[in-house]
Amino acid sequence: MLSTVDELNEPLQWPEDGITRIPYRLYSDPEIYALEQQRIFRGPVWNFLCLEIDIPNAGDFKTSTVGEVPVIVTRDENGDVHAMVNRCVHKGALVCLKEKGNAKLLTCIYHSWSFDLEGRLKGVAFRNGLKGKGGLPKDFDASQHRLEPLRVEVFCGLVFGTFSDATPTVESYLGKPMSKFLRRNLGRTLKPLGMHSQIIHNNWKLYGENVRDSYHATLLHTFYTTFKINRLDMDGGIVLAEDKWHSISYAKRATLEEAPEYKAEKIHSVQYDANLAGPKLLDSWPEFEDGITHSIQAIFPNLAIQFTLNSLCVRFFVPRGVEKTELFWFYVGYEDDDEEKTAMRVMQGNLTGASGLVSLEDGCINEFVQRGTRGSAEEMGLAEMGGRDVESSDHSRATETAIRGFWTGYRKIMDIP
Amino acid sequence: MSTRTDIEDFIAAYAHGIDDGALDDWPGYFTEDGIYQIITRETFEAGLPLGIMLCEGRGMMADRIKAMQTANIYEAHTYCHLLGRSQIDAGSGGVFQARTNFNVVRTMQDGGSQMFAIGKYLDVIEMQDDRPLFKERRVVLESRRVDILLVYPL
Repeated sequence: MLSTVDELNEPLQWPEDGITRIPYRLYSDPEIYALEQQRIFRGPVWNFLCLEIDIPNAGDFKTSTVGEVPVIVTRDENGDVHAMVNRCVHKGALVCLKEKGNAKLLTCIYHSWSFDLEGRLKGVAFRNGLKGKGGLPKDFDASQHRLEPLRVEVFCGLVFGTFSDATPTVESYLGKPMSKFLRRNLGRTLKPLGMHSQIIHNNWKLYGENVRDSYHATLLHTFYTTFKINRLDMDGGIVLAEDKWHSISYAKRATLEEAPEYKAEKIHSVQYDANLAGPKLLDSWPEFEDGITHSIQAIFPNLAIQFTLNSLCVRFFVPRGVEKTELFWFYVGYEDDDEEKTAMRVMQGNLTGASGLVSLEDGCINEFVQRGTRGSAEEMGLAEMGGRDVESSDHSRATETAIRGFWTGYRKIMDIP
Repeated sequence: MSTRTDIEDFIAAYAHGIDDGALDDWPGYFTEDGIYQIITRETFEAGLPLGIMLCEGRGMMADRIKAMQTANIYEAHTYCHLLGRSQIDAGSGGVFQARTNFNVVRTMQDGGSQMFAIGKYLDVIEMQDDRPLFKERRVVLESRRVDILLVYPL
């Protein structure tokens, strides 16, 4: 099993120009993908597992995945949340087949071995054999066999899990600005509104860059620009976490001062001049006093929280192979939302997701990079917008600083010289 | 001709219109305040409200079409709808309920045709001047997963 970059068949070194250059090989090399599973997803990161509201009651379980590893998240009789690898200790079969359910014991269907909600082995079929013959050896110690556990922490309604003892608390992992903003958005009881997913035909890191790419958002996504939901000439900025892994991009809609550059550059996205025949689509209310009306918070490795107008969505992008990613959209509101607020959040659901008026392009744009870079593993991409440093950007989002932040974190955790 | 035949023809014409790319005609299949929603089976059966696409009224439908024709960026593709036999129940006041299974095959630029969307239409159909119109068309997808993106209505 690969565990360091030195073990790759093809040596890997970061380009001389540093973090402003991104080797295309990182999107397509199966060995690097395998290494990521070890160093990142089984490494010192907090992986998003599910929402706490997915498992509200004792006995509830939900299956999820950490990188490629299938996991089960449970809530026990005491209300505590646990996570474990969905792999029977006996033959390695999946223990939970259903995506969601409620159970007192988790029972593998292959040979009926059963586990409690913490993953401890509680029952073995025919343990003592039949009619005094067969069965497990007398000295078989069930306490030595349990579903491989993950350390779990619930933060702002998000259930996180880690395989590594080296991961600090979620709050330290995120850092102060990230924790504070997460509390702003998710620090109240949530209620589910709907879920779907999208298969995008690209490496998972391309989506990781995409959600951090404030530069593309108003160029590619015409709808944002035309309806003045998100533009670079609004007051806004990028906040990077102390360790650069995570970031927030935000904009304040009320501060728009139309910049001549949008028209002068004949950008595709301002060519679409429209009035809505169904203006109810954009009905919204100011949710926060800070004036921020659009934000995307990216959390390393594969989570993003979107708050566009009143549309609150947890986006979780799961690697399903080197060139395949499943992007989950978990739409939520707050438990105390009245009918009118819920209706507005539901209507604004049209903005994002697989059919999102502002975001559907992301379903294909990353694939276009995947296809465009085929056969060019030795070439590299550029990320110099906004400079070459990796710092927060208070006044401009015409920058790729959050992308440089992602690769800074990636290079460090992968230990690429 | 019976009402049943009229409704069957109407449901078929809707699908063929989209397959032929006549998307400007799409809102005209609905009543002025008609509702169109695409939602996953999982979300629908959980009784949750937020699906994948939602239009309330012909205006929003026209906005969708305008956006996909002039604003949204995606690889051009075509649909071919295959419909099952409709189950049609007469309600009261000239309103009918219909349920029809569908299978939509999508053909991309590389020439590949693939099953793209499978599910059922749950329709509320109103007769206006002897012509059927959708008062409500709920498109319930069997799968929670959409391949790449979903831009043309189903």
